[in-house]
Amino acid sequence: MQTLLRPFAIKSPGDLARIGVILALAGLILFGALRYDNFLSPFNILSFLRYNSMFALIALGMAFVIITGGIDLSVGGTAAMASVVAALLSPYHWAAGLLGGMAAGLAVGALNGFIITKMRIQPFIATLATMLAAYGTGLLLANNQSVSVSYDTGFTVIGQDDFLGFPIPAWIGLVAYLLGWLVLEKLPVGRHILAIGDGEATAGLMGLKVERTLAAVYLASGTLAGLAGVILASQFGAGQPTEGVGWELFAIASVVVGGTLLTGGSGSVGATLAGALLLAMVFNILNFENGLGWISLSAYWQSVIRGAFLLVVVVLQAKLMTRQRSG
Amino acid sequence: MTTIETPAPQPSGTLSSGSRLFSLASRYGTFVAFLVLIAVNIAVTPNFLSWQTLNVNLTQVATIVIVATGMTLVIATGGIDLSVGSLMAISGALAPMIFMGQFWQVENMAFAVALAFLIPVAVASLFGLFNGLLVTRFSIQPIIATLVLFIAGRGIAQVMTNGNLQVFKNEGFQFIAMGRIAGIPAQVVLMVVIVILASAMIRYTVIGRQIIAVGGNEKAARLTGIPVKRVKLLVYMISGALAGLAGLVVVARNSASDANLVGLGMELDAIAAVAVGGTLLTGGRANIVGTLLGAFVIQLVRYTLLANGVPDAAALIVKAGLIVLAVFIQQRADRH
Repeated sequence: MQTLLRPFAIKSPGDLARIGVILALAGLILFGALRYDNFLSPFNILSFLRYNSMFALIALGMAFVIITGGIDLSVGGTAAMASVVAALLSPYHWAAGLLGGMAAGLAVGALNGFIITKMRIQPFIATLATMLAAYGTGLLLANNQSVSVSYDTGFTVIGQDDFLGFPIPAWIGLVAYLLGWLVLEKLPVGRHILAIGDGEATAGLMGLKVERTLAAVYLASGTLAGLAGVILASQFGAGQPTEGVGWELFAIASVVVGGTLLTGGSGSVGATLAGALLLAMVFNILNFENGLGWISLSAYWQSVIRGAFLLVVVVLQAKLMTRQRSG
Repeated sequence: MTTIETPAPQPSGTLSSGSRLFSLASRYGTFVAFLVLIAVNIAVTPNFLSWQTLNVNLTQVATIVIVATGMTLVIATGGIDLSVGSLMAISGALAPMIFMGQFWQVENMAFAVALAFLIPVAVASLFGLFNGLLVTRFSIQPIIATLVLFIAGRGIAQVMTNGNLQVFKNEGFQFIAMGRIAGIPAQVVLMVVIVILASAMIRYTVIGRQIIAVGGNEKAARLTGIPVKRVKLLVYMISGALAGLAGLVVVARNSASDANLVGLGMELDAIAAVAVGGTLLTGGRANIVGTLLGAFVIQLVRYTLLANGVPDAAALIVKAGLIVLAVFIQQRADRH
């Protein structure tokens, strides 16, 4: 019973924020279900999950990076480059596309890990640079245009088909999040990641392999971004070298809305998923609201509303933090 | 974002020749790179030494330098401003709406154009104030505080214009980009004036020294009686205002305002210029002339590669290498 209730044990403002985001998500779903006829229709749910799995994957990697106290600005460029690599390799075999895209992401992650741990350059600058490099590489490989994927090798199944009535991208996302939860909550390395976020120097003095763990986290983030790129190429039938602009910042927003503090040292995998879904659902609800015909908000409103959401969350978090500090 | 600098073990005695090399490179590296690039271009690029080349490069770099100057001040206080591109879009959307009479009937064009300069810049600096308030009042990390307007700001500009392209022709307003003062493009004059004012502010004024002090050691600055919050509010306001100004230059240059595109990615260009120019992202230092040189170097690298038939995409990769190298040298020099 105690372990069952553990997720609801409020020990820090972060916990409160994490419960808040899950409640907000539940509230938003309830709102949608009561207000719109087809909100909970299988079609809406499945296409919502199919499309947003990419962003959820990137947010997962970002959550790990942020928990270590770092940041990864390269994920959008990495996804774009990986989508090109996957599209170029898709004529050979579907698995070549899948693995090639992931390997492209892995390579960027490895580069990030090297620059951050060996050259000791701040993650913000390091990943800003690799973002540019990833976009450049993707554009070079793609010759500045989108690259059509092969429809003969089954590559498009990854992004477009279902398995047991559930979109394959959503399965991929689910497995990734389960693994992420396992790593962070159940494995020793999860403790190490949290400890590094709390203080790199202290973690080093405790005998933790700081550099290796940090590098692994950036590798994971890169690989997940690569996977998102594979899904992008497969779902839309083309590798898109100019896609992914701003994805990194939306991923950061998802993580922050999920109650993970940017100072590192704490964070939750489940709440990150809730944060990503919450931001995505704002757009979904907006579509339905427009469909009702009472109001007509252009798609442009979604960024305004997302920004407002982020504002509310960070201000609330900040208030909780100061209260805890003074109390 | 926290980075913990582990101090490298200091060899006792005199500086090794390696560390002296790094400190020399960090002090003069950007300038030397700038000179080398010019020399290489004179040797390799046909027609490099022409007014046209100079004009193209200066006009392309002007908006980046204007935004990067504000960014340098923000970074000097230990902050960062991700919202600059979105603020450019807002001011770029506002200005044509004002002189094209979308808010009120334009009766006196000169007056409307004057307002089209003043209001967007004022609005952008108010958004900067908003950033600053989030950072100071709520102690929200700058990267997150400015992320709010990075996301929402472009949306605001798109909602205002309904995502439509605004095309216009207005000589008075477009003077800021098309006009010439003593034969020099107006935006270049603007850039030079801003750089001179900002470096003078850092070097000779109390507020300039306060900016550096806040970034160097915030707690110490507070204890010595520096109004830390007010200093921070000011730099975010300046950054917002300069971004607004840059937005005006961009739309004036294009004779059109597209809220989807104005200033897109500018935050990263500006940060790159600051980093290459030798201002460390950890704060406590503001090298405005360095930022100018940093922007020039990035621009010249791109120009050199393009003029010699290397695709733009490859130039991105070179730019990435340049940023890493510049920061690496800076940090190595700093550690000794």
